[in-house]
Amino acid sequence: MTPNETLHRETPGEPIIEAVGLGRDFVLSEGPFLRRTRRRVSAVGDVTFTVRAGEIVGYLGPNGAGKSSTMKMLTGILTPTSGTVRVAGLEPARRRTRLAAEIGVVFGQRTTLWWDLPLRDSLSLTRHLYRVPEREHAERLAELTELLELGPFLDTPVRQLSLGQRMRGDLTAALLHAPRLLVLDEPTIGLDVVSKSTIREFLLRTNAERGTTILITTHDLGDVERLCDRVMVIDHGRLVFDGDLPELRATVPVPRVLVVDLAAPAPRIEVPGAHAVRVEGPRQWLELRDNPARVIAEVAGDHEVVDLTLREPDIETVVSSLYRGTVSVERADGS
Amino acid sequence: MADTKDHAGTPGSGRPEPGSGRPGRVRYTATTLLRPFVDYRRLAWLWVRAFAQYPLSLVLMSLAVTVSVLTQVGAVVILFGHAGALAGFSVMEGLLVFGLASSAFGIADMFAGSVERLGNHIRSGTLDAMLIRPVSPLVQVAADEFSPRRLGKVVPALAILGVALSEVDVEWSAAKVGLPVLMVLSGTLICAAIWVITGCLQFFVADAREAANSLTYGGQALTEYPIAIYGQEVVRSVTYVVPLAFISWQPALLVLDRPDPLGMPEQLRYLGPVVAVLLCLCAALTWRFGLRHYRSTGS
Repeated sequence: MTPNETLHRETPGEPIIEAVGLGRDFVLSEGPFLRRTRRRVSAVGDVTFTVRAGEIVGYLGPNGAGKSSTMKMLTGILTPTSGTVRVAGLEPARRRTRLAAEIGVVFGQRTTLWWDLPLRDSLSLTRHLYRVPEREHAERLAELTELLELGPFLDTPVRQLSLGQRMRGDLTAALLHAPRLLVLDEPTIGLDVVSKSTIREFLLRTNAERGTTILITTHDLGDVERLCDRVMVIDHGRLVFDGDLPELRATVPVPRVLVVDLAAPAPRIEVPGAHAVRVEGPRQWLELRDNPARVIAEVAGDHEVVDLTLREPDIETVVSSLYRGTVSVERADGS
Repeated sequence: MADTKDHAGTPGSGRPEPGSGRPGRVRYTATTLLRPFVDYRRLAWLWVRAFAQYPLSLVLMSLAVTVSVLTQVGAVVILFGHAGALAGFSVMEGLLVFGLASSAFGIADMFAGSVERLGNHIRSGTLDAMLIRPVSPLVQVAADEFSPRRLGKVVPALAILGVALSEVDVEWSAAKVGLPVLMVLSGTLICAAIWVITGCLQFFVADAREAANSLTYGGQALTEYPIAIYGQEVVRSVTYVVPLAFISWQPALLVLDRPDPLGMPEQLRYLGPVVAVLLCLCAALTWRFGLRHYRSTGS
């Protein structure tokens, strides 16, 4: 409701999520009836982080890493078994209903709309449940209808909507009560390129214009690169990284790659500071260990170079090497 | 609901302070206390409209329910007709018990029967969606698929209760006239509370629905007859363990002003409303406990 007066990227606001030592265990019962054994499994270990108002934070991790469990604790769906968490100053599990007015939640995998109702009715029911004044609702709906292009399917029952339309509907429902924090659990899952980009643009705009804080889990690293100022990576229930994208790249030693197009095919290039990892006709991929300028000079001295490109490692490679790294560390610890 | 309105006038009660996320104590005002009912009405109305899109189906389903109620009434009449009297109850007195039980059960089923589908909501993840709305999930679960077809049971049940009340040999004083209303109300609350409590089992055991049904539907079948016919052990357990006796049996004894055939304390018959309130409290606590231990599903 308060407009974001300053550029949040430079001056992050007050903390909106504060998790300290947050954890959630599940008790699993296994085996045949009489010899059933109970085993405690930790879904989220000891997670500590703070998200400040106005940030867009990506929460990444492989399947089963504890992403959704964390999200559920933040929204009050799950009660933590250890640690504390405060969202918008409230303890989520205890003050869930009160918190609901402050946050908007979208689950990519399932809708929060009413299956049998036209989208418009679903949204108007949402307005009543959230007690949004009629006029405010009308204004916001008009705005969201324009931004998300809801017009053509406002009167279609939700069950007949395409996935992309439904997701836009869900986003609208989550934002109609002007929440301060938007929690998105895989919002772009299964969407085509156009729908994805509509949603990303929309989220950036919502963040910039309204100052809405966004916490997003995704497997789509395009979302991360396009949206997130900051990334948290969780693996095996623990935070293994918390920082911005350049830092993430720096953490994991994934080398940059220099792609060299030569005038004619040549033998594998080996120069100080770089060596070819792949050769395809006149094109060679050099893995850099050193200053690219020096390598380029070396290569240009020996060969006739037609074209050069320097490739930053993409986030996907970085994150997956991060997962692999922690997996092997965990195994070493476990055995 | 009447007593909640009184709070509206007390000084210092206002709207809960608007504003952003300041943790403060919840202030209970008439508005906040009525919210669950308002929300319930809205959600229920949604389903009524949805079902009204298929009027023929709705009418047929309602009739089917009515027919099943009438069959049960027939069974009561035949049984009592052949035996002359059961546990000292004549046909009309038997119908009084039946009317009390099926009215309470029918109304409870109408408003809270959907709670038995809690397990489906847990499995499909719709409970998660309910939990992120600023509305009690119990209200949402109870209002889910609210169907006017359940009137097909409530209306004939109330009609039979009405007929039985006018036919039985009772001197109606001014004080006694309000009694049936209070009885049906507390019976309804008892049924609804048992429904919620048994529904909560599904928080812990995935397929507890059948087990729960033995208590809810089984309990209904039990209370439709004067329970003295089942013998002392049953009567004791449905008085002190699962207080089904307060739905129809004790109220019937009260209306008919008859000594307890099993010699149980006469004061019991006045306890219906107290039992109802206690059981509702118990149901609320069970629900909270269940929700705190809700594990959600994967993803």
